[in-house]
Amino acid sequence: MSTPTTRPQGPATPPAAARAILEGPQTASAPGASAPTARRRPVPWTRLAWVTWRQHRFMLAGVATLLGVMGLYLLYMGLKIHHAYASMVSCSPGRSAHCQQLANAFAQYWGGGRGSVVQAGGAQEVSVLLLVFPVLIGVFAGAPVLARELETGTFRFAWTQGSGRLRWTIAKLVLLAAAVTAAAGAFSALFSWYYQPFLAVGRTYEFLPIVFNLSGVDFAAWTLAAFAISAFAGAVIRRTVPAMAASLAAWTVLLVTTMLVLRPHYEAPLISKHSFPGATAWVLNAAVSPTGNGPVTYQPGSRFWAFQFIEGGWLLVLALLLGAATIWLVRRRAA
Amino acid sequence: MNIIESAGLGKRYGRTWALRDCTLAIPGGHVVALVGPNGAGKTTLLSMAVGLTTPTAGVISVLGGDPAGSPDALDRIAFVAQDAPLYGNLPAADMLHLARNLNRRWDQQYAEARLRDLGIPLGRKIGKLSGGQQAQLSLTIALARRPDLLVLDEPLAMLDPVARDDFMASVQKAVAEDGISVVLSSHVLAELERMANYLIVLSHGQVQVAGDVGDLLAGHRMLTGPAAETVGLPASMRVVQRRLAGPQSHLLIRTARPAGPAPAGWQSRGVGLEELVLAYLRESGAGAMPGLAEVQAGTRTEVQA
Repeated sequence: MSTPTTRPQGPATPPAAARAILEGPQTASAPGASAPTARRRPVPWTRLAWVTWRQHRFMLAGVATLLGVMGLYLLYMGLKIHHAYASMVSCSPGRSAHCQQLANAFAQYWGGGRGSVVQAGGAQEVSVLLLVFPVLIGVFAGAPVLARELETGTFRFAWTQGSGRLRWTIAKLVLLAAAVTAAAGAFSALFSWYYQPFLAVGRTYEFLPIVFNLSGVDFAAWTLAAFAISAFAGAVIRRTVPAMAASLAAWTVLLVTTMLVLRPHYEAPLISKHSFPGATAWVLNAAVSPTGNGPVTYQPGSRFWAFQFIEGGWLLVLALLLGAATIWLVRRRAA
Repeated sequence: MNIIESAGLGKRYGRTWALRDCTLAIPGGHVVALVGPNGAGKTTLLSMAVGLTTPTAGVISVLGGDPAGSPDALDRIAFVAQDAPLYGNLPAADMLHLARNLNRRWDQQYAEARLRDLGIPLGRKIGKLSGGQQAQLSLTIALARRPDLLVLDEPLAMLDPVARDDFMASVQKAVAEDGISVVLSSHVLAELERMANYLIVLSHGQVQVAGDVGDLLAGHRMLTGPAAETVGLPASMRVVQRRLAGPQSHLLIRTARPAGPAPAGWQSRGVGLEELVLAYLRESGAGAMPGLAEVQAGTRTEVQA
């Protein structure tokens, strides 16, 4: 009852009078009267935002729960990790048995080897698990937007309402894409904080594909790409589950191709003839032993953000193109 | 004002024409029955009228010239698709709220009062309502939009006889109270005969009959005479269908109005709407699409003007 709507002024208003109020005098149904020439104000975006929220709130709650629970875990473990890290760094003398103990305690959080994820809190295992989050979120958020309407036939209701199908589609795609991308971005900021001590001690490096995918803008960009691919697939395939499967496959192929083929060449790699290029560098020809004599091809760690923005940039462009293609499909779609 | 006007309208799916060369001018203020066998192109025609489907050929406009599917047209046309698809997981109240947010014109009080009168619980999920209740909910949402034109595609197909009767009564009430124009389709004419005063017959993707029911009935006669005799008809009469029954021959003829006297030896009587439609559907080849244009040339130009 809170939304302002046009409606007759009282319950006792007879329908004929209601029509006069609603339509105004210019559409008096005289025979041969032409349509009102004044352009009607379209249905406001805020109302379409409510529609989007009402129809997708369970999905959005699911995304929030997934990221929220995982985020709380990262927060809890992150505090412990940062505490262990601080204790280790401030300990002196470094060779004392006490300091060794602290270093071991910190190393426990890295995981791997014998300790299980739960037991040791293994950041290594956690980060591998998080790699699938973008596609998980994107597919569940994106595929049903159009596919469910098309497979249940409800698009014949939705697209014949006064708002029109174009505004309806734009509102849904933009709002949902913004929501999942923002949530993913916030989550990956939390992850970067959680992970930072391991980078500080040189346990791992930012360019490591797993770390790269989860930090900076990459995590959010891959989530957005998964959403756009799924929404597009839903419009093409017109069935939710097949659209989800196809999107999962397409996204995975795109990710693997990017990591193996595209990403190493965003900028021309450097070549080091003698020395190993340093702990933060991404060594591309891994077959060559760092201690061997052969030249080492690598991307220096200083290029991390440039690579992040290159990848985030083209993924954004891809998502926009897919969004435009989806809207084009909706406009042209024959029922 | 014509509620639907089309010229050379056609829709092709793959290599099949679902609708072809459809030229119509349906005047406002009528309850229009769109009748034809399954697959005749009824849904295709209605889909194009409400802007869901884009034509392959020709043009279609609604409500006095707005292109079908344009914002102005969508604002003033309410469409209830076949099987009345709504969101089954939403309670009826939320469905109303959704529709309210998707439309500029909306009469919430009317919608709530109507559902209350029908005994449809607002809190129940749509998927748990009966077929008749879902159809009524769809109709309620369509009417609460206060449309100038209500388009119903096979509204009765899924309903039991009681629900059909209730549904048609609801439509009739809306027509009487609000004076809206209604187009409704069915493959069973009998369902619509009671309230329709304008008839369009589609067959194999082509318009076979289109006209005011009164004009159609006045413009057709059934002649009965001996089978052996061939009848010399005046130029103003054309045989739509010739049927032999034992020693008798029945001719359904189109005629000028008022119908002239029957030829000698023949008996002439008026026709019912159902036998008229059946005759045209059976003679889809022979009817060969002059439709009523030749006989009622005057009516046709008047309608298109």
